Amino acid sequence: MNVNIGGLECKNPVMTASGTFGYGIEYADFMDISRLGGIIVKGTTIQPREGNDYPRMAETSSGMLNAVGLQNKGARYFADHIYPTIKDIDTNMIVNVSGSSVETYVECAEVIASLDKIPAIEVNISCPNVKQGGMTFGVTSCGAASVVKAVRKVYPKTMIVKLSPNVTDIAEIAKAVEAEGADSVSLINTLLGMAVNAEKRKPELSTITGGLSGPCVKPIALRMVWQVFHAVKIPIIGLGGICNWKDAVEFILAGATAVQIGTYNFIDPTVGVKVIEGLEDYCNRYGFKSVKDIVGALEV
Amino acid sequence: MKKYILEMQVNSNCRIHKNYCLLKLATGDVLPEMLPGQFVEVKVEHSPSTFLRRPISINFIDRKTNELWLLIQIVGDGTRQIAECKPGDQINVELPLGNGFSIPENKKDSLLLIGGGVGTAPMLYLGATLRMQGFNPCFLLGARSKEDILQLESFSQYGKVYITTEDGSLGEKGFVTNHSILQNPFDFIYTCGPKPMMMAVAKYAYERNINCEASLENKMACGIGACLCCVEKTTEGNLCVCSEGPVFNINRLRWQN
Repeated sequence: MNVNIGGLECKNPVMTASGTFGYGIEYADFMDISRLGGIIVKGTTIQPREGNDYPRMAETSSGMLNAVGLQNKGARYFADHIYPTIKDIDTNMIVNVSGSSVETYVECAEVIASLDKIPAIEVNISCPNVKQGGMTFGVTSCGAASVVKAVRKVYPKTMIVKLSPNVTDIAEIAKAVEAEGADSVSLINTLLGMAVNAEKRKPELSTITGGLSGPCVKPIALRMVWQVFHAVKIPIIGLGGICNWKDAVEFILAGATAVQIGTYNFIDPTVGVKVIEGLEDYCNRYGFKSVKDIVGALEV
Repeated sequence: MKKYILEMQVNSNCRIHKNYCLLKLATGDVLPEMLPGQFVEVKVEHSPSTFLRRPISINFIDRKTNELWLLIQIVGDGTRQIAECKPGDQINVELPLGNGFSIPENKKDSLLLIGGGVGTAPMLYLGATLRMQGFNPCFLLGARSKEDILQLESFSQYGKVYITTEDGSLGEKGFVTNHSILQNPFDFIYTCGPKPMMMAVAKYAYERNINCEASLENKMACGIGACLCCVEKTTEGNLCVCSEGPVFNINRLRWQN
């Protein structure tokens, strides 16, 4: 079940997505979190952020919108106070790094690079809920390339770049970040959406628009993974609405080397281990020696 | 406190009136420790418009029968689906979540438990727990009309009950903060209900320097402090209601202005 993501050795291809799994320890009562192939912890910025005003969440059919806005206590607080509590968890603890300018991405990546037991970062150029930075870098090839190029200079370990689906051609962005030295791409981040309360004649979110996630986005995510698979050589981590092993298999067949589970952790906190077990069973059932054998194996 | 995901069996589902039902759930085993003020997240099956679990406060723990009581107000498709379950059905429940109310040290303290609407739910388990520990709690229950005053007999077992209704159909007419019992001095007030009501109760408590805890019900997704959706502004910044609350001392909240 092991896979390699741009130099990062993972015991299996199932990870949990940033912003949906806290720092991992929140879920430790429910399951053995070290069974996961990786845990992408909450989005981290160099300066602390209070995030957006409440309300930050609206439920939708088969999904939800969020407008958290990267609330976090900052990279140095993470290094001093949170890292010591999670560094010995026996899986890849990956930090999602964000910024409001190229310089702040770089500063944040430098702080995280100094932490021995963080083997990789996921550079978030796709958060739709912050006014500056975030998605503004991820929606153009040159914006995406500028962040990746600068972070690459200071970050020697595995660099995953998380792509935004709010673009005309995601394959172009993927090629641009690959050219600047990204080791892997993860996709998709949330889709920009909106919810309206008819009775109150008001938006449901304080920010009016927010990021849509959950099973409702899965077909879009699958399509984008398929497109990116045909555009780049670096491994892809697929995510977007995965709720069970079958969803995970679909992403792998479409070209993902690994997957992340996001929003469904809220409904079933143990979904990660169920997906690992289901994937193993699938490979055994069809006689695949390795999950690597089905990456991009979609028969068309 | 360790959290669990339990498949619980519905022992009974009693429709209290058209908008409320009382579910009694059991596992066959002894229920884990749960504190008054904590809540559970119920998984909702067979409701296409419902994606997330529903946070429901713990109404009562019956240790004799090992039953968890959940008082459900039917507000949308999710709660309607929960309200339609039948005895024998299985429900997936995550529990216990969040932090409970504080229990005072001095047994002689005069305690007032103020609940509004379905916000009366956690006050039953709190009142019962306080009574068992030797306190003498009073309840002040508020609602729109007498049909919305729930579980009156259960409350009466644990302390004196005062009532306000907005239409005057039961108890004193008006809001909880208009009730004449508030002319008495209290050492500790607990409150749960609609936010404007809790803010009015908090104002009353601030003005008299009374210790007061409020249980908030901000919209939640994960219920365990992972997603940061349910935050409330506090003196320590934005805090998750699910993991840092739902019970907050009002001095931690930014409600004074």
